[in-house]
Amino acid sequence: MLTPEEWTAVALSLRVAFWATFWSLPVAVLTAFVLARSRFAGKSLLDGLVYLPLVLPKVVVGYLLLLTLGGRGLIGQYLDAWFGIKLIFTTAGATVAAAVVSFPLTVNAIRLALEAVDRGLETAARTLGASRLDVFFSVTLPLMLPGILSGALLAIASALGEFGATITFVSNVEGQTRTIPLAIYSATHMPDGDAMALRLTLVSVVLALGSLLLASLCDRRIRVMIGRA
Amino acid sequence: MIEVEFRLARPGGFTLECGFAVPARGVTALFGRSGAGKTTIIQAVAGVVRPDAGRIVVDGEVFFDSARGIDVPIEARRVGYVFQDSRLFPHLKVEGNLRYGERRSRAAERRIGFDAVVDLLGIGPLLARRPHTLSGGERQRVAIGRALLAQPRLLLMDEPLAALDGARKAEILPYLERLRDTMGLPILYVSHALDEVLRLADTLVALREGRQVAAGPLAQVMSRPDMLPVLGRFDLGTLLDCEVVRHDAAYGLSTLAFSGGELRVPQVERAVGGKVRARVRARDVAIALAKPEGVSVSNLLPAVVEEVRAQEGPYADIALRVGETQLAAMVTRESVERLGLRPGLPVWAMVKSVAVEGSRPEFLDAGL
Repeated sequence: MLTPEEWTAVALSLRVAFWATFWSLPVAVLTAFVLARSRFAGKSLLDGLVYLPLVLPKVVVGYLLLLTLGGRGLIGQYLDAWFGIKLIFTTAGATVAAAVVSFPLTVNAIRLALEAVDRGLETAARTLGASRLDVFFSVTLPLMLPGILSGALLAIASALGEFGATITFVSNVEGQTRTIPLAIYSATHMPDGDAMALRLTLVSVVLALGSLLLASLCDRRIRVMIGRA
Repeated sequence: MIEVEFRLARPGGFTLECGFAVPARGVTALFGRSGAGKTTIIQAVAGVVRPDAGRIVVDGEVFFDSARGIDVPIEARRVGYVFQDSRLFPHLKVEGNLRYGERRSRAAERRIGFDAVVDLLGIGPLLARRPHTLSGGERQRVAIGRALLAQPRLLLMDEPLAALDGARKAEILPYLERLRDTMGLPILYVSHALDEVLRLADTLVALREGRQVAAGPLAQVMSRPDMLPVLGRFDLGTLLDCEVVRHDAAYGLSTLAFSGGELRVPQVERAVGGKVRARVRARDVAIALAKPEGVSVSNLLPAVVEEVRAQEGPYADIALRVGETQLAAMVTRESVERLGLRPGLPVWAMVKSVAVEGSRPEFLDAGL
């Protein structure tokens, strides 16, 4: 059905999408919480920074990542020297690119969910003896679950489709950074790559549809679970 | 004692000033119209809002003291709070809601048991249900149970019946009476409904437009003439703690004794010797200079005029002394002049109507 080369791209895409979401989700929840609940000087700046990858051309995002996290980048040189972490041409780098690009979408979905949580319930929880942190984990987080889920699925979808930032930042290395979109791009440049491009396109459609179905199923389950059916 | 004394200004011009010390037992009603500042007071006691200056002390424990920089966090105050809108957690079943506060209480301080609360409030059949499947009355009972199980030292109730219709209210009121009589837990009860206050409260703090009008034992406060703006002319009156003396089954009447005389009222459902609270509205008390003859009014009480206060408009408030009791009356200013009413004048009070406001059980201190 698929050639080994195509399987590699599909597996890599799934891996990158999963890990990008896995690492960015907790940060996104924290960021959404800070943006929705606290007031401090420089909040608009943080707000702008978070949404920047959404409005910038993805190639620009990739190039900025190269400047900061690349081998000789501002932060990248220390990552390599101190921790031995190399992002250029590696799956880790592709994961970072996917995470950065999907971050604003995730934060936005979670923030909307957080703003919909009735703060009266949080006050009630505190009068019942729960500390702020306890309230967050026992009341706020469960009630935000639908938003976190939709944020996570948006993150996965956008990570699966990430192209511009990835190819600029970590290039197009088979087995390391060549995810489905990059593989399709490569295939269209090969003389007999049409069949491969078509097969990978079908895989993309199936993955997208599958995740949408899964999302609506989970959403219904969670809403019943938290009494918002 | 529950000592509350603070000042608070809200953006928009609302300011609240109050200062009262009430016993840490029984029900203290915070009474007044909406916008009077009742809810803000219990929010300050709970720690949900922070006064600009003042002191809040419950049973010797300082919750808030602006002078000493003390502001105990909400969760450390251990006050149960029953909200007008229940605020049950939608993601937990009824049992999970009830256990939420219980789990977070210190084991050594658990004196209110789960089964006792479920039994008291009749919520056993609801334990496995989700909050959104409950009726308004059921939800409020669960909310009360949840607050009790957090093992509070003080229960705050913010118009717990206001969101309910008449039938639901009648369903909950007996539970509140049982709660008051069996739990031995002081309750601060916010309400704008006079009938609830008269039925439940021992102590009253009356508020109007962010100012405290009066605070003290219910009967005492209710008969004060300065309660007029809080109660309105229609409801101003005197509360009398009475004992049932005898029943007259032939006429369907009961005789009640109070410190000052006796009243004949439609038969009350309480044995001879039982305590009831009777309420005489000022506008239902007429005044005669000589003992009236040939009138249908059966409650005629010899009295002495203590105070005459002319009000704006046609009316005057009269304070009468009947035995040891002060009785409020309301007549027109024209009548005051015609009868020559002045302090010291002996008169007859004709009580046209008495409302018996329900039981007044002896206070039980039986903690669970």
